[in-house]
Amino acid sequence: MHNEPTPQPGLDKAALVSALQAVLPAGRVLHREEELRPYECDGLSAYRQRPLVVCLADNVDEVQSVLRLSQEWNIPIVARGAGTGLSGGALPLENGILLSLARMKRILDIDPLNRTARVEPGVRNLAISQAAACHGLYYAPDPSSQIACTIGGNVAENSGGVHCLKYGLTVHNILGLKVLTAAGELLEIGGQAPDAPGYDLLALLTGSEGLLGIVVEITVRLLPRPEQVEVMLAAFASIGDAASAVGDIIAAGIVPAGLEFMDNAAIRAAEDYAHAGYPREAAAILLCELDGNEEETATQIEEVEQIFRRHQATRVTCAAGEEEKQRLWAGRKAAFPAVGRISPDYYCMDGTIPRHRLPEVLTQIARWSEEYGLPVANVFHAGDGNLHPLILYDANRPGELERVEAFGGRILELCVQVGGTITGEHGVGMEKLDQMCVQFGAHELAQFHLIKDAFDPAGLLNPGKAVPTLHRCAEYGAMHVHGGKLPFPNLERF
Amino acid sequence: MSDLSEALQARVAEAIAQKTPLSIEGGGSKAFHGRPSEGAPLPVAGHRGVINYAPTELMITARCGTPLSEIEALLAEHGQMLPFEPPHFGPGATLGGAVACGLSGPRRPWSGAVRDFVLGIRCINGKGEILHFGGEVVKNVAGFDASRLMTGALGTLGVILDVSLKTLPRPRAERTLAFAMDAARAIEQLNRWCASPLPLSAASHDGERLCIRLSGAPAAVEAAARRLGGEHLPDGERHWAEVREHRHAFFQEDAPLWRLAVAPATPPLPISGEWFMEWDGGQRWLKTAMQAGIVREIAARHGGHATLFRGGDRTGQVFHPLPPAMAGIHKRLKLAFDPHGIFNRGRLYPDL
Ligand SMILES: Cc1cc2nc3c(=O)[nH]c(=O)nc-3n(C[C@H](O)[C@H](O)[C@H](O)COP(=O)(O)OP(=O)(O)OC[C@H]3O[C@@H](n4cnc5c(N)ncnc54)[C@H](O)[C@@H]3O)c2cc1C
Repeated sequence: MHNEPTPQPGLDKAALVSALQAVLPAGRVLHREEELRPYECDGLSAYRQRPLVVCLADNVDEVQSVLRLSQEWNIPIVARGAGTGLSGGALPLENGILLSLARMKRILDIDPLNRTARVEPGVRNLAISQAAACHGLYYAPDPSSQIACTIGGNVAENSGGVHCLKYGLTVHNILGLKVLTAAGELLEIGGQAPDAPGYDLLALLTGSEGLLGIVVEITVRLLPRPEQVEVMLAAFASIGDAASAVGDIIAAGIVPAGLEFMDNAAIRAAEDYAHAGYPREAAAILLCELDGNEEETATQIEEVEQIFRRHQATRVTCAAGEEEKQRLWAGRKAAFPAVGRISPDYYCMDGTIPRHRLPEVLTQIARWSEEYGLPVANVFHAGDGNLHPLILYDANRPGELERVEAFGGRILELCVQVGGTITGEHGVGMEKLDQMCVQFGAHELAQFHLIKDAFDPAGLLNPGKAVPTLHRCAEYGAMHVHGGKLPFPNLERF
Repeated sequence: MSDLSEALQARVAEAIAQKTPLSIEGGGSKAFHGRPSEGAPLPVAGHRGVINYAPTELMITARCGTPLSEIEALLAEHGQMLPFEPPHFGPGATLGGAVACGLSGPRRPWSGAVRDFVLGIRCINGKGEILHFGGEVVKNVAGFDASRLMTGALGTLGVILDVSLKTLPRPRAERTLAFAMDAARAIEQLNRWCASPLPLSAASHDGERLCIRLSGAPAAVEAAARRLGGEHLPDGERHWAEVREHRHAFFQEDAPLWRLAVAPATPPLPISGEWFMEWDGGQRWLKTAMQAGIVREIAARHGGHATLFRGGDRTGQVFHPLPPAMAGIHKRLKLAFDPHGIFNRGRLYPDL
């Protein structure tokens, strides 16, 4: 397995820097302490590591040159978009190159009739919709980080957003990719025509966290803006009521554009920060967005309102105008920073569970929260069961981060136990390697390593992330023996 | 209802030991699809039954041999459907075959393709191991997306045992409208409609007439129909079933049938023959006597690719040949899943 980064004793950093400077224009190879610092972490700032060097690539040829040098020197490469990732995917390696794609931010083509945009990987998610707006089109996946995160990062993580309940994740909204393999070979995958021949490499590359190739161009699908958008808010006196209302909406055959859940801690934080007009005393609120034409949304509002009432909603409102809609969403979209204000640090979890298990999982999280003495705010994509418990803590208190990680790990393992997954949209990265050992068995993990080898036999692209080694799992299993059964009984233990 | 996982696993182990290739057979309805594969038959239709159907989760898990018609009937009872409207091409069509072939029906440009609805797959790889990728929830980014990779791989990467699919509510109303117009105008008009918020869910053009289907809330369908005009086609449902199943008159001849996939708004292509357009213009059927090389070159020039869908010489390249870099990665992936080359040898490409 080429999984653990191999240390490089005796590596001549100065010589590497000159080799890189020979293929990149002046000022695009950063190697001094203070230049490297801004790249030492991504959105998961609890993990930090300065890279050996940072390369700022501006075009495909430059990416290719850096890849070739990495092969020659046997030095790993970590790709980076905007660095908003929440699982340490873009965490640099001590002995590696950090390759920033943020300069590659040209929108190459917008084709209004075919409804596609062809863009470079460093283009910000929101910039695509802004560029397509004059044609009445937009790019549907909208992670809350959309003003900052790049489309290349979105592809690498298969990112979602509040609207993916109806419009799907990144994988459902991209049509083509140009990818450079570790060896610098260009793969052209898919394009404007549907159903590319051969294996579905488009799907395989999406969510591959920079392990299989560097994405250098993306063709995305654009959708027409819906005619009418309505936003409803319902408040509940119990979390269980809100959770069961979610199930009933889906059961009624309604697929809202978005269906978001916030608990009391999240409501208060968001309200103090964004003044969205949320009821501070509610145990939970649901935000429900419905879209379609006027007649369609009108009937759906009525049905959804009835469902909310049936589940004892204490308040149901439908935003009266554009301004109120924006305000209701602003609270939700600012929920993470809002929670950031009430606690020195927070840790964002990302498991998914079958919707009907929501009430029991939320209850269990609340119980553990007391047990660990760590408050939790819940704000999540309820429609698709994607939880984001935010564990509040203070990294300056000795031992607290370790407790948070233990608590978080238990939440993710609970997600697997109830039939869900350890990550819905943030990726495994550096963070959830241990939980991968819970979700998958040795055979699946071995198959993942074989896929990695098929693209990157030398193991130089983002090594050590996303897929744990079997030995790591054996050790983790030894620490966490479930029900007396070792998860990897046939592996040697060290 | 029966679970043959272990028996199938044993058959695969035996084939590995004896180094004899296997040709995976579901209901046989799509035996015509792709190239003929080498190997002893491995029947999987007996591995059947719904394992888990949770209507409120919009999710169903079933074994590969489960007849598509059985799944569709069950979903219909709960007002749901498989949104990619898989073509059956025969009464025996199974879930595993639909997923392995990766063929989608009329709703595809608006709802998504088969792969868009695959949530998880349990399979046997070429080492005889049973693997489980993905799961039963919609949002899941743990591990590489091997389940979508196996979708449409025509069984060359392993035996699909069970599949979890996302389902959707059936639209409450549907209506089909017809407009007399030539192909060039139909393609342009259709793509303009696609770029505006209309509840479109299917389209076809037979050379003379553009048919479109509207789906959604009754009020929405009504309003859109009023806006678009056209002639109301009373048995729209039959029309779309005939198109999907290739029972439509266009498909009733023995001439080799090509499927071209191109950028949807591509104007009519300069290949002589008979054309039938589907989807948003992205899928075009062609009956022609032209040489394969020419058909492929013209499709490629328009950013697309061409498959010899039925008939013709099936021993050569049936699917659009891959450029060298892509062919290389295909070979390495095949080896990663099926190191001994046991499964459906040659079905997709001669050397896979
Ligand atoms: C406040 C906040 C809210 C968020 N909300 C959401 C949300 O609603 N939904 C959601 O899904 N995520 C969300 N995220 C997570 C994050 O924004 C996404 O994962 C995003 O896609 C990361 O994009 P990036 O450009 O910042 O990538 P980075 O963090 O720079 O990189 C992420 C991963 O992608 C790889 N990578 C980057 N570019 C490339 C490339 N061109 N080729 C190959 N690999 C590449 C990196 O190596 C790394 O593994 C949120 C994050 C924050 C901070």
